[in-house]
Order: sequence, then C-alpha cells, then structure tokens
Amino acid sequence: MIHLEKRPQPSQFWAGFTPILAVIATMIAGGFMFWMLGKPPLEAIRTIFWDPLFHETFGPYSRPQLLVKAAPLILIAIGLSLGFRAGIWNIGAEGQYIIGAICGAGVGLAFYPSESVLIFPAMVLAGALGGWIWAMIPGLLKVKFGTNEILVSLMLVYVAENLLASVSQGLLKNPEGMGFPGSRNFRDFPAAYNAELISGTGMHWGVAAAFVAVIFAYVLLTRHMLGFQVRLTGEAPRAARFAGVNPSRLILFCLGTSGALAGLAGLFEVSGPSGQVTIDFNSGYGFTAIIVAFLGRLHPIGILLAGLLMALTYIGGELAQLMLGLPAAAIQMFQGMLMFFLLAMDVLSHYRIRFNKTVPA
Amino acid sequence: MDLGQINPLLLLASLMVAATPILLAAIGEAVVEKSGVLNLGVEGMMITGAVVGFAIGVNTGSPAVGFVAAAAAGAALSMLFGVLVLYLMSNQVATGLGLTLFGLGLSSLIGKPYEGMKAPSMAKWDIPVLSDIPVLGPILFRHDPMVYVSLIIVAVTWYVLTRTRAGLILRGVGENHDAAHALGYKVIRVRLLAIAFGGACAGLGGAYVSLVRVPQWVEGMTAGAGWIALAIVVFASWRPWRVLLGAYLFGGITVLQLNLQAAGAAIPVEILAMSPYIVTILVLVVISLRGNHGAPGSLGRIFHATH
Repeated sequence: MIHLEKRPQPSQFWAGFTPILAVIATMIAGGFMFWMLGKPPLEAIRTIFWDPLFHETFGPYSRPQLLVKAAPLILIAIGLSLGFRAGIWNIGAEGQYIIGAICGAGVGLAFYPSESVLIFPAMVLAGALGGWIWAMIPGLLKVKFGTNEILVSLMLVYVAENLLASVSQGLLKNPEGMGFPGSRNFRDFPAAYNAELISGTGMHWGVAAAFVAVIFAYVLLTRHMLGFQVRLTGEAPRAARFAGVNPSRLILFCLGTSGALAGLAGLFEVSGPSGQVTIDFNSGYGFTAIIVAFLGRLHPIGILLAGLLMALTYIGGELAQLMLGLPAAAIQMFQGMLMFFLLAMDVLSHYRIRFNKTVPA
Repeated sequence: MDLGQINPLLLLASLMVAATPILLAAIGEAVVEKSGVLNLGVEGMMITGAVVGFAIGVNTGSPAVGFVAAAAAGAALSMLFGVLVLYLMSNQVATGLGLTLFGLGLSSLIGKPYEGMKAPSMAKWDIPVLSDIPVLGPILFRHDPMVYVSLIIVAVTWYVLTRTRAGLILRGVGENHDAAHALGYKVIRVRLLAIAFGGACAGLGGAYVSLVRVPQWVEGMTAGAGWIALAIVVFASWRPWRVLLGAYLFGGITVLQLNLQAAGAAIPVEILAMSPYIVTILVLVVISLRGNHGAPGSLGRIFHATH
C-alpha cells in the first residue's frame, strides 16, 4: 500500500529537480506522440532541442531567435509569478500584452515621421502604462467588489483581441498601406524601431528589460519587505493578515506589475521582431508565459531558464515543422504536456511517498 | 440600420440554440464545483469535445454518435485533471489552466484534416401539436434534440442535487471534505465522478458548437465559451435553474449582437463582438456586490486524508 505523507516543509531538492524530471518525461511522452503522428521520435526531439542551437546551417539563424522569443516570455512570467505566489491569478496577460502594444505603438505612430530620440522612451512608457491600466481593471474590481480576477482578466483578453482587430483595420492602419490591414512598419521608422542592440545576437531592448526584470524580481523577493509580504501571503494567508499585510495593496501591486511587464513585452515585440500592429501579431506569449512561470517554480532565476527552454521549443518546433512536417499544434500540445508533468511531479516536493504493508484500519 | 429586419420570433428561437453550449458546460461545472473542485479547464474540454464530436460525426455520418464520442472525450480529458488534482494534489487553478492549454493544442492537432468540411446535418424535431402553437411553437418546440437533452440534464441535475441522497453526499463533500471523510464518504471517488460528469457535459457543449451551431470545425471555435460558462456558474450561485437562466440571458445577448451585426448597425463590428465578454464582466461585478453566497465551503481546497 502506497500512501503520501505531507512534508513539514517543501523539499528543496525536489523543488529544483522536478522541473528537470518533468522536461525529461515530456520528451519521452512527446517522442511517443511524434511517433504516433508517424514522425521519427528521436530525430524530432533532436530537431527541437538540439538543432536550433548547434546545427551547422540553422544554428546561426536560430540562435539569435532564442533571445527574441525568450524575452517576452520571461518578462511576462516574472510579473505573473509575483501574483501566483500570493494566490492572485492574473491569467489575462495576453490581453495586457496586446493593449501595451497598441498604446505604445499608437504613441510612436502619432509622431511619425519625427526623428526625436524621445519617441522610443515615450513608447516604452505608454506600453507599460497600457498594460498596467488593463490589469488594473480586474485589480480594482477585485479590491472594490471582490470580483473574481481570474474570469475578469481572461474576459479582457477577448476584449483586447477585438480592440486589436479594430485598430489594425482602422485607427492605426497604415495610410500608405494600399488598403491592407496593419499599421506602418516600424522598420521604416528608425526613431521608433526597437532594433538589435548588438547586431546578430537578437539582443534588443526587450531582452535587456527581461534581464532587468529578473534581477529586480530577485531583489524584491529576497531583500524587500513587499517581496516578503508576497511570499508570506502565498504560504500562510492567515499569518499574513495578522502581520498586517494589506491585501488590497498587494493585489493592486501584483496585478499592476504583471500588467505593466506584459504591456512592455507587447510593445517591444510590436516595435521590433513583429514590426507592425496587425490583427494577429500576438502569438499567445501571454498564455505560454503561465507555463514558463510554473516551470521556473515562480522563482526569478528559474523563470529565466524556463523562458529560454520554452523559447527553444518554439524555435525547434518551427524547425521541426520545416524539416519533418511536424504540425504546429503538436508543439502547443508538447508545451501543455510539460505543464501537466510539472504539476504531477510537484507532489514529490510537498509529500513523501511511503510504502507500508499493513493497510491502516 | 434597419431594426425591422430583426425578427423577434427568430431571435428568441435562435437564443435557445446559442445558449445550449454554454448551458451544457455550465451545468457540468456547477456539479463539479458543488463537489468542491474548481476545474478551470472547461474551455479545453469543450474544444476537445468540439473537435472529437465533429470528427466522429463526419466519419460516421451520424451527429448522435458524434455527441456520444464528444462526451466520452470530454470525460477522458477531465480524468487527467481529476488524477492530478485528487491523487497528486496539484493546485486546481494551475492544473485547470494547463488542461485548457493542452486541450487547445490537442484540438487543433486533431482538427487539421477536418478544416473546411461540413458537419452531417441534424434533423430538427417538430414536436407534433406543440410546434403548431402560434408564437410559442416556433420559439420553443422546433429545435434539434440536443436543446431538449440539455434541458433534461438541467432538470435531472437539479433533482439529484436537491432531492436525493447522492446529491446530499456530493454537496456534503463540497461543503466540508474533512467532515464528509470522517463520516465515511469517499471524498475522492465522489469528486472523480463529479469531474467526469463535468467533462462529459463540457464535451457535449463543445460538440454542439461544431455540429449544430456553426456547423464546421474552426480552430479555437469555442472562443471563450468555457470561461463564460465558469462565470455563469458564479452568476447562478451554483443553482441549476439559475444556470439555465444565466445561460439563456447570455444566449440572448449573443444572438442580439449577431443580429445587429447582420442588420448593419451603426455600431462597429468589433464593439458588438466584444459585448458578450463585457457583459460577462459587468454581471460578475454585480454578482460580487451581493457577496459570493452559495460557494461550496471546500471549493478549490486540496483534500489529503491522513487516515
């Protein structure tokens, strides 16, 4: 008879080891899935995890992509992790990402074709503000009326998607675009373009912001009172209340920060890699970032590594699509599987497995 | 805009069709939450039901078989959630989200070859005598069988939850799982059954979208219906008849905005398309003003029996 015994404290060893175990399990299960789809499993796994980095012909193209894809994931996941730690569930990062992009791009496009150096900083501010405001809607509703932030933040994703469809065909449409939907391309607007900082590395301002966010979150969680309150609220809500933590302030802080970071991620994406506001420039980073946050165990350094790994599955997935004809959806499923294995193996860090022969009466 | 183009009779009749997918998903989720489990994977189970129902329906040529398969697929997917949450004691919010992400990927993988195909048509029932009643007949009694199946499910759910011993046990488990466990009820087993029921209902709801309402397979076609179903459960204070009311109110809004779009209203299409989501938010706010009365006591809490 197997039973589980609750550990007095979560195991440090397992907390660090389960993500690795989950990745391995996902590779095995994913390989099985690829085999079912009639693709060579080992080759598929190698194409996803190895070739983007080390392949002779594709490596040089895909290595810079790693930072480009990881930056928004890390930026968003860092914000989400703060809330998730405190039991505040912002799952509408995708919406905040879109609104940040619309606001930031809107500010930039309003000044076209100015060459002022202040344009890009203004766009960054507008992007963060846009995401912040979008996240403040569930935040304020939660604080004022106790409305469920999970459902409100998610509903706002659909509202944001419709807004995006509207502005990319209306307000922000390129006046010289010959009727095609989508805004002006930022590549033709140097003052507002989020160019590579070091050419050939994929390093743009968003990547820099992601690294800053990781450091900032690390310091916040380990050295700052607010970070302590976030952790305390998550681990012992009652104790937090007795310790005088103001729940409303914490909710607004967590949702606001994650919204602002998601907005930033959206702005950096739209003004750089994607280049223009189009109806589908967003590629679901806001949702994948949830997996990244959990894979990184809601810890800043973990999220950094998880973001890079998840970016690798995106790039490797595209490569596998090209080389092996693996359907794009298979990668999405692969990422979903990773989340399941992770959650399943979490049991090891919170519980001890005990084997005993006698069945308790 | 020509409001005269909108026929109120047709509007009311299509309301029932528009509301049925959400009604099915919401009634299932209400039972799951009554047993004390919060499954945020409704959207994932719905879209999986939609694609499986469509694929099987197309291959067998029978929508009925499609619906059965969709219910089975939804229940199977929900068991993944059930095992993780009940046996491995994972966080319910995170696992539910994972289920939705997984379901969206799975459905687009299965659905690729079926894009652009047409669903086998489902005959409408002209209930004799009743369907000839003026006004009420066309609104209420000329629908496909699933509309009535969904109503029967609501009625049976209400009866079982409030009038039977099994329902009492299920509510007891949801209200206080430690007390129910101490009384000797099998908390895990009750919850697993509730989750399977919720999954089957979500699968049916999804299949209704792909087989009847659209009727086609389009990637991501449930478009948040699963999340709206979750909101309706809160709106309904976990009561079956109020779930019906909520779903039909919501169906009404959806149909109205679609009709306004078709009638060429002066309001931009995007504003109309986002209106169901905004209305859901407003409804949630109004409900929360009143306080969350009726939420099961153990909702979302992890159950771990030490003895």
